[in-house]
Amino acid sequence: MANSIKVEIVSAEEEVWSGEGVMVFAPAEMGEIGIAPQHAPLLTRLKPGEVRVQLESGEEQFFYVSGGLLEVQGHVVTVLSDTALRAKDLDESAALEAQKRAEQALTDRASDLELAQAKAELLQAAAQLRAIQHLRSKGGRA
Amino acid sequence: MAGGKEIRTKIKSIENTQKITRAMEMVAASKMRRAQERMRAARPYAAKMRNVIAHLAQASLEYRHSYTQEREAKRVGFIIISSDRGLCGGLNINLFRAAVNELSTWQDKRVEVDVTVIGRKALAFFRRFSPTIVSEVTQLGDAPQFADLIGAIKVMLDAYTEGRIDRLFVVHNRFVSTMFQEPQVEQLLPIRAVAPEEALKAHWDYLYEPDAHAVVDALMTRYIESLVYQGVVENIACEMAARMVAMKSATDNAGNLIDELQLVYNKARQAAITQEIAEIVSGAAAV
Repeated sequence: MANSIKVEIVSAEEEVWSGEGVMVFAPAEMGEIGIAPQHAPLLTRLKPGEVRVQLESGEEQFFYVSGGLLEVQGHVVTVLSDTALRAKDLDESAALEAQKRAEQALTDRASDLELAQAKAELLQAAAQLRAIQHLRSKGGRA
Repeated sequence: MAGGKEIRTKIKSIENTQKITRAMEMVAASKMRRAQERMRAARPYAAKMRNVIAHLAQASLEYRHSYTQEREAKRVGFIIISSDRGLCGGLNINLFRAAVNELSTWQDKRVEVDVTVIGRKALAFFRRFSPTIVSEVTQLGDAPQFADLIGAIKVMLDAYTEGRIDRLFVVHNRFVSTMFQEPQVEQLLPIRAVAPEEALKAHWDYLYEPDAHAVVDALMTRYIESLVYQGVVENIACEMAARMVAMKSATDNAGNLIDELQLVYNKARQAAITQEIAEIVSGAAAV
């Protein structure tokens, strides 16, 4: 097994691929890297791009990753692929949005409650009106 | 036929309800299977992450991340995961009870609590219970996207990094079996030491690209996010299982009700016929 390397590609939502290869190419942040068997332990971030795995048969497998992390440890290369495009300001805006939604939900509470209350009062008033009309028509007959 | 017609209409209406609950049961059953698959599919990522973090803990790392450092708790954060829809038995209520218990033990210790809610039911509940809700995500659907969660979680992670909260917990339902789900409170931050799968030789460190700081940051963030994502996916499987069971018992109850009403109806019909015969006989006798 000295000249092959185990490759595992997983994303948060599913396991993408796993198998043996002789060489792995990945778009690391500082430029593309090639990993041969018995590579030193390495931990790096990935840029969006393609991960190529050279199989023993000489074939190549391609995977698109939209960023993520890559770990080399012993004979195992693990690609932790992101499922979403990530950038600092993208994440930032998502966070702000989640925050804003929460604030809105909290302020909406007043209007929601008021609406429910108003509806209940309206129903009550309508029922009273009906009752009065009913009584009047009865009274008229008597 | 006294009341015969009314009973018939009632039986009809219960039969219609039963049809609906039976349909919901079957839909929930098939959705549960898919949710369970999704749950299984999400597992390897978190497992691999845990491995890497365990390796990191073993490596003689020159940089210690704040996520691993224990601090005194002055303010804590909770991420509470619920379903968007109801009609799933006591699933959400049990979860909220567990969460409220946990929240009040902190509040008794005069520790303030921030909450991130995921799911409409949790939002509706905690809005009234009113600890500070700092972020929310709702309407995730049956197949939640990892990307939808990032924002809400980041609010909490930033709060932790900036020292506004000192602990972070996640509360969600754990899928034990189809018949049984239980609420679970897990500590996310600080990360509890993870035991590595195998002992590695001491004194080594990774090569980092571009540098340890950036890589470990990215790793830790994704790790926490993946744990929350798993919670969300598992909670959906729980929701579907709970709904399936609730709808099954509703269908059974409707069946019982129909049987009972049918009996009452038969008796009423019988009585009416007897009465009619008695009338005819007595009429004939009078002639």
